[in-house]
Amino acid sequence: MASATSKSYFWKGFRDGTPFIFIAVPFGLLFGVFATEAGLTLVQTMAFTSTVFAGAAQFAALQLLQDNTPTAIIIISALAVNLRMAMYSASLTPYLGAAPMWQRAFAAYLTVDQSYACSIVRFEKEPDLSVPQRMAYFVGSVTPITPLWIFATYLGAVLGAQIPESWALDFALPITFLAMIGPMMRTFAHVVAALVAIAVSLLTVVIPFNLGLLIAGCAGMIAGAQAELILERRRMQR
Amino acid sequence: MTQADPVTIWTIIIGLAIGSYALRFVFIGLVGDRPMPPWLLRHLRYTAVAILPALIAPLVVWPSATEGQPDLPRMSAAAVALVVGVISKNVLAAIFSGAATLYGLLYLLS
Repeated sequence: MASATSKSYFWKGFRDGTPFIFIAVPFGLLFGVFATEAGLTLVQTMAFTSTVFAGAAQFAALQLLQDNTPTAIIIISALAVNLRMAMYSASLTPYLGAAPMWQRAFAAYLTVDQSYACSIVRFEKEPDLSVPQRMAYFVGSVTPITPLWIFATYLGAVLGAQIPESWALDFALPITFLAMIGPMMRTFAHVVAALVAIAVSLLTVVIPFNLGLLIAGCAGMIAGAQAELILERRRMQR
Repeated sequence: MTQADPVTIWTIIIGLAIGSYALRFVFIGLVGDRPMPPWLLRHLRYTAVAILPALIAPLVVWPSATEGQPDLPRMSAAAVALVVGVISKNVLAAIFSGAATLYGLLYLLS
């Protein structure tokens, strides 16, 4: 009866993933609107949103595209935003690494903030789950979001063409990003990483090709990792 | 705003599609059950939280819409969005309060 229990875990995942609709739909709409504003055609927007399938990186690429950044820097910067997906992939590997290759290849595409957040909590809470049950839960958690994300992008792209210039949308993107950063400040090390990155990005703004962004990103990462180490050592000494 | 040509846009889309998939696949697909070095995971944890603020900070301080002049409505909107996000941990609440600040001040100061 392995298939029956896997099925029930699919629906458990589906239920846990459903609240994220309220994040995915507005973001999808926004992405559709911004992509249209940035001059992408409907086909380009839809190809972008369904193949890359990662909100923050998509927004970052659009912003840099509007700043006339060289193509290579756009790709590297947006992929840097997506490096956390590699961390999710690494963190899920002990739980799903034993699944068949085709399932893992499929799961890789579906690795997003929401499916990771739901699954890691469930897998840690129920360590006795079988690999098929875990896989069913993981796929279930992202099932309500994926089609709605793509559909919302389509709606945004169609509606976005009709939004007048006077709406000051130039600043909607920075606000969206800032809003995403707030909830990321989970520990002191996260705050250190962000502050160092901000300081370095402002100091390196004169460097051509937006290379300052990559320098600031690396500086922030190193600062965050070092802050975490220092805090850990202090805790050990006590 | 300058329009990017289709070749550039498609290069970015395809590059990001392949790159993002590779990032997601690398561990779950290739590493399998083997453990990973802690120093690598420690740096990966801080990538998004470093690169996103670095992307926005110059846009907030020198906005493109005002030709690089620091601008009170935009700076205030940025501060509100960040503070509401940190306190509420709610992305949508932060977006709406930031947008309300921007439009409120643009209206009041015009």
